Amino acid sequence: MFAYYLQLGLRSLRRNPILTALMVLGIALGIGASMTTLTVFYLMGSDPIPWKSSKLHYVQLDNWSPDEGAGSDGRPPDQVTYRDAVALMTAGKADRQAAMYKISLPVQPENPDVKPFMALGRATYSDFFAMFEPPFAYGQPWGRDQDAQHARVIVLSHDTNETLFGGVDSVGKTVRMDGVDYTVVGVLAKWELRIKYYDLTNGAFNNPEEFFLPFTTAIETKRRSTGNNSCWRSPGAGWEAYLDSDCVWIQMWVELDSPARVEEYMAYLNSYVEEQKKLGRFPRPLNNRLPDVKQWMADQEVVSRDVEVQVGLAFAFLVVCLINTIGLLLAKFTRRAGEIGLRRALGASRRQVFMQFLIESGVVGLSGGLIGLVLTGLGLVAVRSLYRQYANVTHLDWAMVMTTIALAILAAILAGLYPTWRACRVQPAAQLKM
Amino acid sequence: MEIRPILSALMRSKVSMILIGLQVALTLAIVCNALFIIGQRLDLMKRPSGMNEADTFSISSIGFGQGFDVQSAISADLNLLRSLPGVAAATTTNAFPLSNSGWSSGLSLAPGQRTSTANTAFYFVDESGVSAYGAELVAGRDFKAEEIGFRTPNDEAMPRVAIMTRALAKQMFPDVADPVGQTFYFGGDDESEPATVIGIIDRLQAPWVSASMVENTLLLPSVLSGGSSSTYLVRAEPGRRDEVMKEVEDKLATANRSRILRGLRSTEERRSQVYAEDRAMTIILGSVIVALLGITALGIVGMASFWVAQRTRQIGTRRALGATRGDILRYFQTENFIITTVGLIAGGILAYAFSLWLMDRYQAPRLPWHYVPIGFVCLWALGQLAVLGPALRASRVPPAVATRSV
Repeated sequence: MFAYYLQLGLRSLRRNPILTALMVLGIALGIGASMTTLTVFYLMGSDPIPWKSSKLHYVQLDNWSPDEGAGSDGRPPDQVTYRDAVALMTAGKADRQAAMYKISLPVQPENPDVKPFMALGRATYSDFFAMFEPPFAYGQPWGRDQDAQHARVIVLSHDTNETLFGGVDSVGKTVRMDGVDYTVVGVLAKWELRIKYYDLTNGAFNNPEEFFLPFTTAIETKRRSTGNNSCWRSPGAGWEAYLDSDCVWIQMWVELDSPARVEEYMAYLNSYVEEQKKLGRFPRPLNNRLPDVKQWMADQEVVSRDVEVQVGLAFAFLVVCLINTIGLLLAKFTRRAGEIGLRRALGASRRQVFMQFLIESGVVGLSGGLIGLVLTGLGLVAVRSLYRQYANVTHLDWAMVMTTIALAILAAILAGLYPTWRACRVQPAAQLKM
Repeated sequence: MEIRPILSALMRSKVSMILIGLQVALTLAIVCNALFIIGQRLDLMKRPSGMNEADTFSISSIGFGQGFDVQSAISADLNLLRSLPGVAAATTTNAFPLSNSGWSSGLSLAPGQRTSTANTAFYFVDESGVSAYGAELVAGRDFKAEEIGFRTPNDEAMPRVAIMTRALAKQMFPDVADPVGQTFYFGGDDESEPATVIGIIDRLQAPWVSASMVENTLLLPSVLSGGSSSTYLVRAEPGRRDEVMKEVEDKLATANRSRILRGLRSTEERRSQVYAEDRAMTIILGSVIVALLGITALGIVGMASFWVAQRTRQIGTRRALGATRGDILRYFQTENFIITTVGLIAGGILAYAFSLWLMDRYQAPRLPWHYVPIGFVCLWALGQLAVLGPALRASRVPPAVATRSV
C-alpha cells in the first residue's frame, strides 16, 4: 500500500508543479538556514574532550586589586601569576598539572632553502601531553625530570616537522630557535582541535601550536608571553620583578580524577591563598574557582552571542516556513475534496486516506530536506567565507546530515498533520452530490 | 466597500486566516529586530578610527640570534623607510586602532589615587607619530626628537610628556577648557612622577573596537621594543600605498638578514578584519530578512490563489448580480488588508517581546519604537503587492461562470 500511496502522492505533486515547488522551497530554505546555524552552534559548543572534560579543571585565583574586581560580576582573573603557577606546580597536589603560556620564537632552519620564520608555540609542563592527549607520530613527550632540568627539548607539530624535516622521524635532531638549539623528543600527528579550549583567553579559534617546549626552559631563556598579559599594578622594572609581580599571563590546568579530589584541591587552593594573604598578597575576599572544561567554555562564551541569536532567528524562520507549508498543503488538500469523497465512497477508510495524504506531505518534507541539505552545505561555505576563523566548526558530519533529514521529514509531517486531518473529515456524500 | 461580508467570509475560513496572520506577525517581529541589530552594527562599523586609513600600513620585524642589536636596527630601519620615495611619514609604534591588541592602563589625577580616573590605550611613538597616524593635532604641540626615549617591556619609568585624544582629555579634565599643560599620573603608584599633556589630537581610536574606552588613546614619546622586535607604521603619499608596501618589504628584507618580517598589512585590511564578525552578522541577518519576506509574500500569493479558485462560482455570481471588476479587485485587497492588519498587531506585540528577550539575555538595547510602524507600512505594501496578481485574476472571472456547473 505504501508504494501505491507514494505513487499517488508523486502524481498529485506533479499536477501542481508551482505549488509543489513553493512548498519544497519553503521547507528547504527553512531547513537550510536552521541547520547551517545549528551546525556552527553544535560544533562550537560541543565538548572537545568528552571522555575527560569533567576531570580537567582550570585554576582561577583572585589576586586582583582591593579596589576593583578583575572581571564583571565578581569573576576572578582568567589567568594566574608566575608565582602562583610555580607554587601550584611545585606543590603538585593534583593528579596531573600543567601551567602554560603562549610564546612565539623565530625558527632558524638548518636547511638553507627554508627561510627563517616565526613559530607559535606553547611553553608548558610534561603533564600537558597526558592531560590533553595530542597524538604522537614519533617519539614521546619530555619527562618531569626534564621539566626540572630546564632541558632544551622540543615537541614539534606535524606541520612544523613537515616544513623543517620533510615529515621524517626527526627525534634526536636539533632545531635552532633564536640562537638556542633544542633537541626534538617528539613529533605530533595531525591534531585538529575544533576549539583551543586550553587557552580560551588568547582565542578559542586561535591557530594551533607549531611547537611545545618546557615552561621552565622558556622562563630560563626569559621568554615573555605573546598572549594576553594583565596587571592591576605596575610590575616594577626588570624580568625578576615581572616574575614576582601580580601580573597574570599563565593558564593553569589540573586533572582531578574524582569529585572528592576536586573538593580536596579546592581546599588546598583556599589554604594556599590564606597563606599568601599573610604575606600581604590577595587583598580581595577568597574567590578561587575550578571550572571544568565545559564550565570554562561557557564562562568564556566560546559560543558567541551572535551565533546564539542566529540560531534563534533561523528557527523562527523555519517556523514561518512551516506555517507557509501548512497553508499551502491545506489549500491543496481542500481542493481535492472531490477525489477524497470518491475514494471514501469506493470503500477507503479514513485511516487509509490519512496515510495517503501523510505520505504525500512526507514526500514534500523529504525533497525539502534533501534540497535543504544542499543549502546547508552552501550555507556553511558562506559562513566559512564570512568568518574565516570558524573553519573548524563549519563541517557537516553524519550526525548533522541525519539530523537535517529527520528534521525536514518531521517538519513536513507536522505541517501535513492538520491539512491531512481536515482532508479525511470530508463527507463522501457531500462531495458526490454534484 | 462593505467590510461585513468580507469579515463573515473570513470567519468561515478561520484557519487559513490565522495561518497568514501568524506568518505576517512572525515576519514583522523578526524583521524589526533583525533590522535594528543590522543598524547597530552599521553604526559601529562606520565610526572613524581617527587615523589615515587609506594610505597607511604596518610591518613588524623580529630579529634573531645573539648579536642582534634592536635599538640600532630600529634607527637604521627608520632612516631607510624615510628615505624611500612615496613614504610621507614613518614611525615605530606598539599598537594601532582596529587591531584588537595593545597596552592599556589607568590614569590618575593624584599619586596614590585608589581608582583610576580614566582607562586609556598607550601608543609609544617617535616624533613622527602624529604625522604617521595621520591624526589631527588640534591644540598644543607635537613631540620633539629630543623627547624620544627607548624602552623595553621590563622598563618601569614612563615618559614625562604625552599627547592625548580629545575624548580622553574630556574624561580626565572635564572642567578644564584647555587641557594642554595639565598633569596626570600613571596608575595609582605612590612614588610615580606626574606627566604633562603637551598636545591634543582630535581622535585616534584605541585598538579594541568593542571596548567602552575605544576613544581613549595616549601617545607617548618612546621607541618601545618587545625584546628583539619592532613594528613600523608607514603613511604613503596619497594613492601610492600598494607600491610603497612592496618596496618597504623588499628593502627591509635586504637591509638586515638576521630577522623575520611579518604582519605587512594595510589599515584598510585591518578594518575589514576587525569588523568581519559584524559584517558577517549584517549579511546573515539581511539574507534572513530577504528570505523571510519572500516566503511570506509567496505564502500570501499561494493562499490568495487558492481562495480565488475556491470562490470562482461565488465571484461569477456577484459579477452576474452587477458587481464591477473593481469591486472584485477591492474585495480581495480589502480582505488581505484586514488579515495583514490583524497579523501586524500581533506582530507588533511580538516584536517588543523579542526585543525584551534580547535585552534580558544579551543586554541588547531596547528596540526603538519607530521600527514597528515602519514595519507595518512595509508589510502592508508587501501584502497588497502579493495579493494583486490573484485579485486581478479574480476580477477577470466572467459572470457566465455562475451559470455553469462545476
